Amino acid sequence: MLEVTDLRVNYGAIKALHGVTLRVNRGEIVTLIGCNGAGKSTTLRAISGIVRAAGGSITYEGRDLAGLKPHDIVRLGLVQAPEGRGIFSNMTVAENLELGAFIRSDRDGISADREKALTLFPRLRERLDQSAGTLSGGEQQMLAIARALLTRPKLLLLDEPSLGLAPQIVQIIFRIIREINEQGATILLVEQNAHMALKVAHRAYVLDVGRIVMEGKASDLAASEDVQDAYMGRKRAG
Amino acid sequence: MDQLLQTIKDGISMGSLYALIALGYTMVYGILKFINFAHSDVVVLGAWLSLVMADTTTRALGGAGAAGAPWWLGGAVLVTAMVACGLIGFTIERLAYKPLRGSPRLNVLITAIGVSLFLQNTGQLRAVFGTNPRSIPPLIHDATLLTVGQVNFKLLDLIGFGTAVALMIGLDYLVFHTKLGRAMRAVSHNRVTASLMGIPVDRVISFTFVTGAMLAAAGGFLWALKYETIKQPADSSWVLLGLKAFVAAVVGGIGNVRGAMLGGMAIGLLENFGSAYLSSSMKDVYVFALLIVVLLVRPGGILGKAVVEKV
Repeated sequence: MLEVTDLRVNYGAIKALHGVTLRVNRGEIVTLIGCNGAGKSTTLRAISGIVRAAGGSITYEGRDLAGLKPHDIVRLGLVQAPEGRGIFSNMTVAENLELGAFIRSDRDGISADREKALTLFPRLRERLDQSAGTLSGGEQQMLAIARALLTRPKLLLLDEPSLGLAPQIVQIIFRIIREINEQGATILLVEQNAHMALKVAHRAYVLDVGRIVMEGKASDLAASEDVQDAYMGRKRAG
Repeated sequence: MDQLLQTIKDGISMGSLYALIALGYTMVYGILKFINFAHSDVVVLGAWLSLVMADTTTRALGGAGAAGAPWWLGGAVLVTAMVACGLIGFTIERLAYKPLRGSPRLNVLITAIGVSLFLQNTGQLRAVFGTNPRSIPPLIHDATLLTVGQVNFKLLDLIGFGTAVALMIGLDYLVFHTKLGRAMRAVSHNRVTASLMGIPVDRVISFTFVTGAMLAAAGGFLWALKYETIKQPADSSWVLLGLKAFVAAVVGGIGNVRGAMLGGMAIGLLENFGSAYLSSSMKDVYVFALLIVVLLVRPGGILGKAVVEKV
């Protein structure tokens, strides 16, 4: 469904990605794990067209995404819930959800999807008229995901959905990620929380300083000693 | 009593003009975070285009003045001036600002000053508007509608105020109650996140410029109706008008549409009360004194939120 080949991205003189290759098949949850600064978010930003690739290619459903604007890419069903819970804090929760449906005009479909999203995240329903800036961190993350669902993604890119959240909330978010996947959306999940990400994903890639250093079935990677040492905190480097 | 009523009337009438112009500053700032210094020159264009159109049509109709002009001529001039200035606003954004989308804000600011100088000096060309002041022929017979004490409320007062208020209500509806308005607010809050919603950011920015320029044109038209002499395009009084409207935007809270309306009214009233009750030679001083006070006490403006600069 998504094929990233030898993707390179530079920020000025700094090389952020030195040739990332990965693929996501329809129906999968694929996770991209790695440390802070490894280039995980940059990979997603390049896929969404926010940063321009310096080399390599990104193909989605057989179509080369080079040169497409972010809003064109969203219209193809490739939707990202951005990091830092990029919500519109100056607007209400309801308005944020409506912006998620910006590209759609099928009223009935939108209200059905809105209903579905609010059933997944009942807390948002209680806060529909509240300004999104007053939500807690976990609720903001829920809003970012719910909003992305209203765009009706075929492939959903999630950037660090567990960042800064309490463990119980993280559990809820990951349960919902699985539910979304079971309802038909393919997911590419970027995470620092390798432990949770490998539990929920089918396949995984490990990114280190702008390169893919490991890939395979999520369960294999979770069992691998290298991954456990480096990303799951089994042993502290001494 | 008469003086009080007269001052309130003048203040509101001037304030609604400031508000119309302030809206253009505040909308562009809200979305691109830069001060469009060429905005006041679009007001000038609006005033001069209105004048030229009114002059040509009344002349063509055979009689100078309101007697020969059909009642709808004023409206037609207003709409044409707004459309023309909207197109000019679109062109300015496309040619001057869009290529600088990724560059530092200072570059855009300097470009805006350049655009402003360009418009002022092109306007002075003999083939365009020239350097002599001119006056707009009366488009409508100005009747006195109501007299309270010695204060006359005239038809033109009503038309001017009504037009300004109608445009502001329209804009408020657009920004807060339509899908396009929601997209504008989203782009203003965060351009990248907005694009991830599928919002065509560049088109929304263009649209914002067009709307601001159209309101500026309406401001210029109303200004032309209000003051009989229209000064030449590079006259310093235009700069002062633009500056005061900008102060109105800052006082109300830059980036905030309702704030600009409030700020405009506040400044119009302050200016008129100051000159009526204190000293009319200090007219401009009150406005800028208010700016200083607001910046000291409430730097975000009346309706603005204090923004914490992230490092």
